[in-house]
Amino acid sequence: MSQLPDGRFVDDAPYDPQQSIRELERKDLDAPNWVLIWRKFKTHRLGLISGAFLLFCYLMLPFVGFIAPYGPNERQSEHLYSPPQGINLFHEGEFLGPFIYPMTSEANLETFQWEFEPDYENPMPLRFFCEGKSYRIAGLIEADTHLFCAPSAEVPFFLWGSDRLGRDVFSRILYGAQLSLTVGLIGITVSFVLGIFFGSVAGYFGGRIDWVINRVIEILRSLPELPLWLALSAAVPSNWSPVAVFFIISVILGILDWPGLARSVRAKFLSLREEEYVRAAEMMGASSGRVIRKHLLPNFMSHLIASATLSIPAMILGETALSFLGLGLRAPAVSWGVMLNDAQNLANIEIYWWTAIPMLPIVVVVLAFNFLGDGLRDSLDPYQQ
Amino acid sequence: MEILRYAIYRFGTMLLTLWVVSVLVFVIINLPPGDYLSNQIAELRASGQTAGVEKAEFLRREYALDKPLWQQYSIWIGFMPGPHGFSGLIQGNFGWSFEFDRPVAEIVGDSLWLTVLVNLAAVLFVYLVALPLGVLAAARSRTWVDYTSAFVGYLGLATPNFLLALILFYYGHRWFGLPIGGLMDPIYEGEPMSWEKVKSILIHLIVPTFVIGTSGASAMMQRLRANMLDELGKPYVETAIAKGMAPSRMLAKYPLRVAFNPFVADIGNLLPSMVSGSVLVSVVLGLQTIGPDLLQALKSQDMFLSAFILMFVALLTLIGTMISDVLLVLLDPRIRYEGRDA
Repeated sequence: MSQLPDGRFVDDAPYDPQQSIRELERKDLDAPNWVLIWRKFKTHRLGLISGAFLLFCYLMLPFVGFIAPYGPNERQSEHLYSPPQGINLFHEGEFLGPFIYPMTSEANLETFQWEFEPDYENPMPLRFFCEGKSYRIAGLIEADTHLFCAPSAEVPFFLWGSDRLGRDVFSRILYGAQLSLTVGLIGITVSFVLGIFFGSVAGYFGGRIDWVINRVIEILRSLPELPLWLALSAAVPSNWSPVAVFFIISVILGILDWPGLARSVRAKFLSLREEEYVRAAEMMGASSGRVIRKHLLPNFMSHLIASATLSIPAMILGETALSFLGLGLRAPAVSWGVMLNDAQNLANIEIYWWTAIPMLPIVVVVLAFNFLGDGLRDSLDPYQQ
Repeated sequence: MEILRYAIYRFGTMLLTLWVVSVLVFVIINLPPGDYLSNQIAELRASGQTAGVEKAEFLRREYALDKPLWQQYSIWIGFMPGPHGFSGLIQGNFGWSFEFDRPVAEIVGDSLWLTVLVNLAAVLFVYLVALPLGVLAAARSRTWVDYTSAFVGYLGLATPNFLLALILFYYGHRWFGLPIGGLMDPIYEGEPMSWEKVKSILIHLIVPTFVIGTSGASAMMQRLRANMLDELGKPYVETAIAKGMAPSRMLAKYPLRVAFNPFVADIGNLLPSMVSGSVLVSVVLGLQTIGPDLLQALKSQDMFLSAFILMFVALLTLIGTMISDVLLVLLDPRIRYEGRDA
C-alpha cells in the first residue's frame, strides 16, 4: 500500500481491468454444497461444540476399556456403596502428584450400613498406564493396560463411588456409553430406512398406496409410544443373549419412530414430483427407483439428516426408560438405564446419591444432540439468508 | 351445521383408527411365546397339582384361549360370541385377569379415572405454563427472560421424565413438605369421595403434573415463541404500535390470536408423548393410575389386563386428539372441513 501525494492510499498490486469483479462471488457459488454448509455451521457456536463433544464421545467408545480402571462387572465385595473419592495433588502443603486417601470402612451396627471414612494420614499415589483386568479394544484386540488404576489391589479407587455390588460407577458409565449411545444410532438407521422407503413410495406413486401409508402414519403417530415399546419389549424372550436383546430393542425403538420422518419425506416428494427434471428423467426411461434415488432424494438428504439428529435423543431416552423399568436391556449388559435401575427408589438416592450419577451423561448427551440438530437445521440451506 | 358434520366425520375416523389399534394391540400381546395360563398349567403339572390344572384349563376354555388367534380376537373385541356367554370389549366385558383372579374391570376401576385426571391436569399445566412464558419470551426476545426460559426448556426436554420425578419428589418433600408417592393419602384409598379426599388428591397431584407436563410445556413454549416472533415482525404490529396502542393490549389482541391456532392444534401431537410420560411417571412414583398395572400385566403376560390397558391408553390419546381437532375448526373458520392436512 502506498500513499499518493494527495494523501490517498492505493494498492500496489497491478490492476487488471479485464478481471471480473464477480470472481470472488463466483468462487462462492461454485463451492460444493458441504463447504457452504460447513461455513454456516461454524458460526453456530453451540452446535459446533456439541458436535465436537459427540464426536469425541463416539470415538472414545472402542477405547473405554483403556480409560476405565475396572471392568464393567468387576466387584470389590469389601466396598459396597463406597462414596466417590476425589483425586488430590497436595498433602499437607506438599506436592505429591495425583494421589488418593484410601477409604477405611466400618460397619455401623445400628443402621447396618458400611460407613466409609477417608484416611487422611495415608496418601497413596495413583498408578498410571498400569496393568489391570484385560479387555478388548473395539472387541478385537486384547489388552490389559489401563490409563490409571487404584494404588494397589487392596486399596480400590472409585472416582464416582461404587454401587450395590461394589462395582465402580465411573467404569460402568463408560462401558454403559457403548450401549446407550449406539442404541440411538441403530434405532435411527432403522427408522431412517423405513421412513425414506414408505415416505418416498407414498409421495412418488400417490393414489391408493399413498392413502394406505398415510393412514398407517396417522395411526402410529396418534399412539402413545411408551406403552407400545413396553409391550413389544415384553415380547422379547428372556433367554436371549444381551447382544440380541440390545439389537432387538434398538429395532423396536426405530420401528415406532419412522412415521414422523416418512411424513416429511412424503411432503417433499409431493412438491418435487412435478418438477421438470423429474419428468425428463422419466421420459428418458429411468425406472422409478432410479428417479427416487438419484434425482429426488439428494434434494433433501441433508434436511433428513438434521431431523434424524433431532430424533436420536428420543431413542436414547427411550432405551433408558425401558431399561429403567426392567423391560429393556438386562444385566449383565451395562447401559445407563440399567445403572439407573439401582437408583429407582428415593431412599436409595438420598443415602447413596452417587448411584444417580448416570443421569448426568444422559442429560448432557441429549442436550448435545438437540443443539447439534438445531445447528445443522439452521445451516442446511446455504443459499438461504 | 358444518361443524357437526365434521365432528361426526372425525368421530368415524377415530373409531376406524381404534379398530386398527385393537388388531395391533392384540397381535403385540400375543407375540411372546406362551401365555399366562399355559405357563401356569405347565408349572402346576410340574409340581403335580391337578386341581389347579383343571381350573386353569377351565379358564382357557371359558375365555376361548384354545381357539385359533383370529377367533380369539373376535371374541375378545366382541364381534363374535364367546363360549358360555363371554362377551367382549364392545359389550363392556373387559375380560378376566388371570394373575389377580378377578375381572379386569374390577382391577382397573378407579385407576381409570385417576389416569384421566392426571393427564388432564398435565394438559392444563402445559397450557397455563406455555402460554404466558411463550408470549413473554417472544415479546422480550433476546433478553434474559428469553434465554432463561429457553435454557429451562432445553433442560426439561433433555431430562428423562422419571429422573425429574425422583428429584422433584425429593426436594418437594424436603422443602415444601409435599407428600411422597401415591395419588392420595393411604387412608382415603377405597373411601367414597369427600372434600378431604379431593384435597389430598390435589396435593398429591402437584409433583406428577409438573413432571409429566414439563417436556410438553417446553416444546409448546418454543413453538409459541417462534410463531409469535413471526407475527411480531409483520407490518400490522408496527401500525398498532405507531398508533399508540399499549403493548400488552396489542399483543393480546392481534399477534397472539394468529399464533394461537397452532397452539391448540399442537396438543394433538403432544398428547401421545404425554400419556407415555404419565405411564412411566406413574410407575416410578407409585401413582394409582393404570401405569403400574400395565407394567405388571406385561411382565406376567396377563393378556386381557394388558390388552385392555393398552386399548384404554390409545383411546385416551385418540379422544384428546379428536377434541383438539374439533376445537381447532371451531377456533379458525379458515380451516376446511374435509379434514386437516397438518
